[in-house]
Amino acid sequence: MLDCKQNTELLSQSYERPVTLGERIAMRMHLLMCRGCRNFEKQLVFIRKAARELPRKL
Amino acid sequence: MNTIDHDDLQQHRSYLLRYAMLQLRDPHLAEDVVQETLIAAIESDKFAAQSSLRTWLVGILKHKIMDVVRKRAREPQLEVAEGEDESELVDALFKENGHWADPPQTWNAPEKSLENAHFWNVFEQCNQRMPLNTARAFMMREFMEMTTEEICQELSVSPTNCWVLLHRARLALRECLDLNWFGNAR
Ligand SMILES: [Zn+2]
Repeated sequence: MLDCKQNTELLSQSYERPVTLGERIAMRMHLLMCRGCRNFEKQLVFIRKAARELPRKL
Repeated sequence: MNTIDHDDLQQHRSYLLRYAMLQLRDPHLAEDVVQETLIAAIESDKFAAQSSLRTWLVGILKHKIMDVVRKRAREPQLEVAEGEDESELVDALFKENGHWADPPQTWNAPEKSLENAHFWNVFEQCNQRMPLNTARAFMMREFMEMTTEEICQELSVSPTNCWVLLHRARLALRECLDLNWFGNAR
């Protein structure tokens, strides 16, 4: 089982490299049970979106 | 091809400076690269009509910034700064058993924040607060939209170190926005 620390590392790495099927399943399993990480996952999406909009907001 | 009006160039100067500052975080360095960019623009005297002047200038600026970053990455003292004590942040966020010390709470209507000028100030400040290498890696990835491979190469670090830097940046930014914008102060 992944803990939250490992799960957030994997979520972050999924932006940098293709994750394996096993890793994907492990993340989904964790997210099903963990509301904190579900919020974190959504917030990562938002942070990327914001950073990519920043050049237009300077 | 369009000719360049020198007054137009000056108008973009402050934008270019802010752009460079986000990446370099050193006013003198930022000033230098912007100066070089404007000189390069004046010397070429023409730019491709299909892009706006600003887009074209930012393209030149990105190259100038990367020259600086590359030079810095080759300097040995950067290795020392590598740890940057940011493991402290990660340690503070998680308990010993790997679970959140304070699990992230929902953010209220984040999309609306993107329309709020004040949000962008907070976002920039949160970037400034990150350790230099961490912020640099993150800005290359998300702000300059470089690939992870390019970043590892430019910073002369292994992919694993690159991922660590990027992950720390995301954790730090999330924490900073959470506290200073979304008002989940504890
Ligand atoms: Zn979790």
